Amino acid sequence: MSKAPVDYLLQLADNAVVLGQRNAEWCGHGPILEEDIALANVSLDLIGQARLLYQLAAARIGGDATEDKLAYFRDPAEFRNYTLVELPNHGALVGYAAADMDYATTIVRNFLYSALMALQWEALANSADEELAAIAAKSLKETRYHLHHAADWVVRFGDGTEESHRRAQAALDHLYRYTEEFWTPSATEDAAVAAGVAVDVRSLRAGWDALLAETLADATLVRPEVRGYVPEGKHGLHSEHLSYLLGEMQSLARAHPGATW
Amino acid sequence: MYTQAMDIPDESGKKLAAVPPAHSEQEAAFEARIDADGRIEPQDWMPEAYRKTLVRQISQHAHSEIIGMLPEGNWISRAPSLKRKAILIAKVQDEGGHGLYLYSAAETLGTSRDEMLEGLHSGKAKYSSIFNYPTLSWADVGVIGWLVDGAAIMNQVPLCRCSYGPYSRAMIRVCKEESFHQRQGYEALLVMMKGTEEQKAMVQDAVNRWWWKCLAMFGPPDADSPHSAQGMRWGIKRVSNDELRQKFIDATVVQARVLGVTLPDPDLKWNEARGHHDYGQIDWQEFWNTVEGNGPCNKERLSTRVKAHEDGQWVRDAAQAYASKQKERASKEAA
Repeated sequence: MSKAPVDYLLQLADNAVVLGQRNAEWCGHGPILEEDIALANVSLDLIGQARLLYQLAAARIGGDATEDKLAYFRDPAEFRNYTLVELPNHGALVGYAAADMDYATTIVRNFLYSALMALQWEALANSADEELAAIAAKSLKETRYHLHHAADWVVRFGDGTEESHRRAQAALDHLYRYTEEFWTPSATEDAAVAAGVAVDVRSLRAGWDALLAETLADATLVRPEVRGYVPEGKHGLHSEHLSYLLGEMQSLARAHPGATW
Repeated sequence: MYTQAMDIPDESGKKLAAVPPAHSEQEAAFEARIDADGRIEPQDWMPEAYRKTLVRQISQHAHSEIIGMLPEGNWISRAPSLKRKAILIAKVQDEGGHGLYLYSAAETLGTSRDEMLEGLHSGKAKYSSIFNYPTLSWADVGVIGWLVDGAAIMNQVPLCRCSYGPYSRAMIRVCKEESFHQRQGYEALLVMMKGTEEQKAMVQDAVNRWWWKCLAMFGPPDADSPHSAQGMRWGIKRVSNDELRQKFIDATVVQARVLGVTLPDPDLKWNEARGHHDYGQIDWQEFWNTVEGNGPCNKERLSTRVKAHEDGQWVRDAAQAYASKQKERASKEAA
């Protein structure tokens, strides 16, 4: 059986765990009880995906590797997630700035990411790596729901009130350029394609553009122009925000190395 | 989750009058249904005081679920393993779900969720005081599951037989989920107690901080419990505060022994003659201080809820505005 490179599994897992962590920040603080519950669900799905992927990676690494060692005992530069998913749930600010969470930022990010992953998981569900294909098939069902949820809210915000439109457009303007990273394959992604276990991400772009075009048109939102910087999170070059997120997430596990929970 | 005995007076409670003797046919039918242990349904006639008591009790319970998301939510981002993180998110999400069913049950009595939230946010309505204490270590998450949810289950199981149909049905589901939470909490503690010395100390410290607060969750002693008698008469309350507290203590002593922790009460001992454990004095002054708003976290808990609600206003407005536009478009198309 063909096997996906471990680094490729880690990239998928890191995206899921980091975005799961961001979505969970809303737990107890949602704008309405139903949304509190919905975002907890999205977070749970993402953490679940991360666990399966880390477990598979750990099995392939062998030795004493475990899902928790991979999630809790790697440093920010070892994480391979897109920069998009690590950004805080608010607009553009430096790493140590504090600000109120903004639901539009969270929703637009979930929309941009889940539109990609709905296509990615669909392709990976047919991967020659059967274990990865099984995880992809499960994740695809969940991700389609996440996309549906986020797209509905993008439309409500865009076509809701003046304020919601303004916030959704600002979130899109802030986040959109981070999606450029999706389309420049890393060496790991190239290796996965060469091994016959993954599709070239560039082949997904037309489908992603179409998904966006439809929702953004309904939402009366405008896709911003992008130029300049292309983020490199998947190469391990992150924003200022990831070390804070991981610093918090890993703090207890690292204070008790070797402990079982 | 977690209700404390729901006879903590709040502003609406003070207005409650004792039920007048039955004099109309409707009242006689109501009383007969209660006496026969039947269920009262939303469309049935009911005395105004019964309705108010239920709205007060169910909304306090719903508020407790929602506020109760915060102390445990405090540890989601730092859960020490992915498995524990998933369990904790799912648990806190369940509490949100309980809030949702309970608000819905209370809405069948003619009070809207918005009105109930207004009561919470203005400080008029109460919620279980147990959530006004801080969660200081990861072990608090396990101890809340074991002891706080355990105490809540003792309080809530009798409510599955509550005379008001929608509440009793909601409580059946709530109790199933709560007993799952309690087992999860206890299991997390068992794992920690088999772990390092630091982990064991963390569990004991959390038990020390939560034990007495949990005993107070059952509410004041029966002798000082103003609403209990009427609640019992109406089948809203089925078992007294002191009986529930005793049942909880008797069950927990054995569990603590298996776990390997000490319950922080030098007077706690088996009384052969009573067939129950004796226990020490609960600090009721501290309890009432907290109920009245002067506990360690009352202000943080409430202002966090108020902030979430206010910050979410534009989201709810957007949903409303979009729904209205859609409706308008549909009616234009139809015309």
